[in-house]
Amino acid sequence: MEERDLICIVCPRGCHLHVDKDLNVTGNFCPRGAAYGKQEVTNPTRVITSTVRIENALLPLCPVRSNGAIPKGKLFEAMKEIDKISLKAPVKIGDVVIHDLVGSGVDLIATRDMPVVK
Amino acid sequence: MKEISLVIIGGGSAGLAAAVGAYDEGVKDILIIERSPYLGGILNQCIHNGFGLTEFKEELSGPEFADRFIKQAQERNIPYVLESTVLEVTKDKVVTYTSAKEGVVKIQAKAIIMAAGCYERSAGAIGIPGDRPAGVLTAGQAQLLLNQYGYMVGKRVFILGSGDIGLIMARRLTLEGAKVLGVAEIMPYSNGLNRNMVQCLEDYNIPLYLSHTVSRVYGKERVEKIEISKVDERMRPIKGTEMTFDVDTLILSIGLIPNNTLLNNIGIPTGRSRGCAVDNHYESEFEGFFACGNVLHVHDLVDNVVAESREAGKYAARYIQGQLEKKQDRIHVSAGDGIGYVVPEYVALDGSKTTAFKFRVRKPSKNVYITYTLNGNVIKKVFKPVIIPSEMEIMNIPSELLGEGKGELSVSLVQKEEN
Repeated sequence: MEERDLICIVCPRGCHLHVDKDLNVTGNFCPRGAAYGKQEVTNPTRVITSTVRIENALLPLCPVRSNGAIPKGKLFEAMKEIDKISLKAPVKIGDVVIHDLVGSGVDLIATRDMPVVK
Repeated sequence: MKEISLVIIGGGSAGLAAAVGAYDEGVKDILIIERSPYLGGILNQCIHNGFGLTEFKEELSGPEFADRFIKQAQERNIPYVLESTVLEVTKDKVVTYTSAKEGVVKIQAKAIIMAAGCYERSAGAIGIPGDRPAGVLTAGQAQLLLNQYGYMVGKRVFILGSGDIGLIMARRLTLEGAKVLGVAEIMPYSNGLNRNMVQCLEDYNIPLYLSHTVSRVYGKERVEKIEISKVDERMRPIKGTEMTFDVDTLILSIGLIPNNTLLNNIGIPTGRSRGCAVDNHYESEFEGFFACGNVLHVHDLVDNVVAESREAGKYAARYIQGQLEKKQDRIHVSAGDGIGYVVPEYVALDGSKTTAFKFRVRKPSKNVYITYTLNGNVIKKVFKPVIIPSEMEIMNIPSELLGEGKGELSVSLVQKEEN
């Protein structure tokens, strides 16, 4: 594994990480930074956030996110899957919208309460 | 006229947290006035994640963070009105709002908390030369249209300004199938958080042009082309450095300004942040008028907004209860060398162990001391290996260092001398 300098994206703090050949991480403020550094050079992942169509709600869209990180290479495939579906109000925060998004083992969940609006 | 102890203008993160803060301090006669058809404010269109790490020790999306505070307000049965616009606030605390449902309503308040957030600098504010076609919009407008109403704002997009919303929209539009051709930033450094540079631009190979600005917009009906140029030290476009991009949309992420017009209209003194000049209790120079959140100074993190606003709510409650008097003795705080602004503008010692100072530096700096000078004496030096304008600093200074609580305090940036 090549040595790499990264900027941690776990939180807005944005620590400057250094990952050496043996996957030792330095420059991290918290343990999540170390985990991120290791992950980023071996199998980079991202949380995906988007919207899905919804009927009978105040707005035509319901915001969603993956309930965990999915492989970075599968983001566009996930967007395609997200584009296909449509919901009906009521939807509650945390409701699972897609199980096992693009085979990642992670669910796509609603991130806003969408009550019925007539 | 209807009488309500505490009127809060704005039902976003600041207004909701302020309401919770005031309620928990014992003032329950509250009304939140919100312009949109829902509570939660701008967080509702910030569908990306990264909110709540300090407040909830979780990484939430904007709507989820908003929901937590909406529920905190609802659990306390704090009254609110929606789709209601405040037209006027008077010096004697009469608030006039209007809505389709109620018509025009006047309320006599005992205290007012301004929590109306901020607005975006627009194309007019920077005077980009060229045509004035459709397809030039601010990042927040684009975010609202795309994330809440499902309108794809463009297919080939260029972004001016590297503020966080611009960077986040670069990623969002790319994921939705648009081609983002680049981001131009007039400063020689990015104005967004590091993590957004990585996960919004680098992840999608979107180029960032530092020290560049849009020097011309072309297009008859719709944007057809834009031209960018490198700028000199005085930020003027340099001839011969032009590059053009065929785009149908130009998104502007060029700064946020506190939306403080209602209070400016009655002559409340403002500070360098362009919000009210407040003391350490978030009270302005007019007794009983408080301000918090982005209408006071533009924050990077909503976690800081809610922490600040809860405090503002608490002090507004104490004011209503007759427990917060304006003191004669107080320290005037000013932004010294290298500092853009400092909140608060005044400190009145109240027995608190520490006093929080919030500020931004003017430019990215390394190996500096943030130096606090009270009446000519340095009372505190805090070393910072790295400090950047896009991240607001919050420093808690022991109040015992503030002496008798009189005179002038200056916060400045001093370069560490090299050995």
